[in-house]
Amino acid sequence: MSDQNSIAGRLVDGFWHHNPGLVQLLGLCPLLAVTSTFVNGLGLGLATLVVLTMSNVLVSATRRWIRNEIRIPMYVLIIASLVTCIELIFKAGFPALDRSLGIFIPLIVTNCAIVARAEVFASRNSVASSLLDGLAMGGGFALLLCALGFVRELVGHGSVFARLDLLIGGDVLNGLQLLDGGFLLALLPPGAFFALGLAVAGKNAIDQRRREAAGFRLSI
Amino acid sequence: MSEPVRQGGANPTIMQSGLILAAVAAICTTLVALTFNMTRDRIAANEQAFLEQSLARVLSGISFNNDLSASALVVRVPHGLPGKENAIIYRVLNDSAPVAALFVVTATDGFTGPIKLLIGIDYDGAVTGVRALEHKETPGIGALIDENRSDWIYQFAGTSLNAPERSAWAIRRDGGEIDQLTGASVTSRAIVNAVNQTLLYFEANRDEIFTARADSGNTDE
Repeated sequence: MSDQNSIAGRLVDGFWHHNPGLVQLLGLCPLLAVTSTFVNGLGLGLATLVVLTMSNVLVSATRRWIRNEIRIPMYVLIIASLVTCIELIFKAGFPALDRSLGIFIPLIVTNCAIVARAEVFASRNSVASSLLDGLAMGGGFALLLCALGFVRELVGHGSVFARLDLLIGGDVLNGLQLLDGGFLLALLPPGAFFALGLAVAGKNAIDQRRREAAGFRLSI
Repeated sequence: MSEPVRQGGANPTIMQSGLILAAVAAICTTLVALTFNMTRDRIAANEQAFLEQSLARVLSGISFNNDLSASALVVRVPHGLPGKENAIIYRVLNDSAPVAALFVVTATDGFTGPIKLLIGIDYDGAVTGVRALEHKETPGIGALIDENRSDWIYQFAGTSLNAPERSAWAIRRDGGEIDQLTGASVTSRAIVNAVNQTLLYFEANRDEIFTARADSGNTDE
């Protein structure tokens, strides 16, 4: 864990050292299921980011009144209400994306990354640092969803940023079709596991190389 | 709270916890209700727009010139169509001559709940197209009924009660001639049965469907 208290340290923690998807391996069900395209990953990533940040802030703000024996029902109430609101907003604002993400927007309720942050962090820290933690952890999760979506879409469909209009609107950003068709396995559930496995392995390899480099420098 | 910790006996903290929980529940419910109220009209408009878009999509190659939304006929339960809710029929006319009918029905026996279907049938009884409007089928398996996910649902275009033969109106696994989705026989069977039942209903009630007044309620069987 890098410096717990600095803003940069907290961000690095969420995006890298304690990335919910890459290191803690939390919330794998939506992570693996929706990342067949970049826009799906981005849509669910943003929704999760918003829910995680808001639930962190609310749990932190009310932590004085949250008694130990009722904390789990409280978290569930707060998170479920937030997710329901987000779902309604998606249905109103981005109907096509909502149809494409289907059941996974309501399923954010069950994303254990969110309850985990409420329990481990927000219930013990100030509102400001909980807000930052939510942004960092949610951002890390969203970034991983986008990265997996990008790679799987590229390999599986042979396209980049397809249907970005679902989220942004307009027809300027409609993506590039690089190849006709692609490697189907990347789109199927096993492809999601391969992609995630490679991402985790890549992260560990980078960490190890850095450790070795640091150790080498120290030994001089 | 500055109360001393009590042990045993009636515990007032249980009462307090319950009250806190009730208060939070009330606040959360209010929040959801407010959001629901704010977004309700937009969501209804989006759904209507999506429906109209889909309506036109299952009518490719058919020329018509009436207002589809105004031609809606609500068929109240109980009816001979699939589903336990009211079904909707849109009549498609070209210069007042009937050319096709669109059915919004529900296949109740999907793998993970009801599947709302849009089924287009032309005047001669051939399917013009089928689309899944709403479903909760398993992602990657049953969810392939969605036209954005696979071409499976397109195979119904051109089928009728005589093609394939009536006895072959089933998925291959059940001895029929219609392809199922791999790993999703329950979903496939539900849709095949719903389409077949709708075709039978159309065959039996075609004239009543086109003569009934819009929104007039029951077409009698």
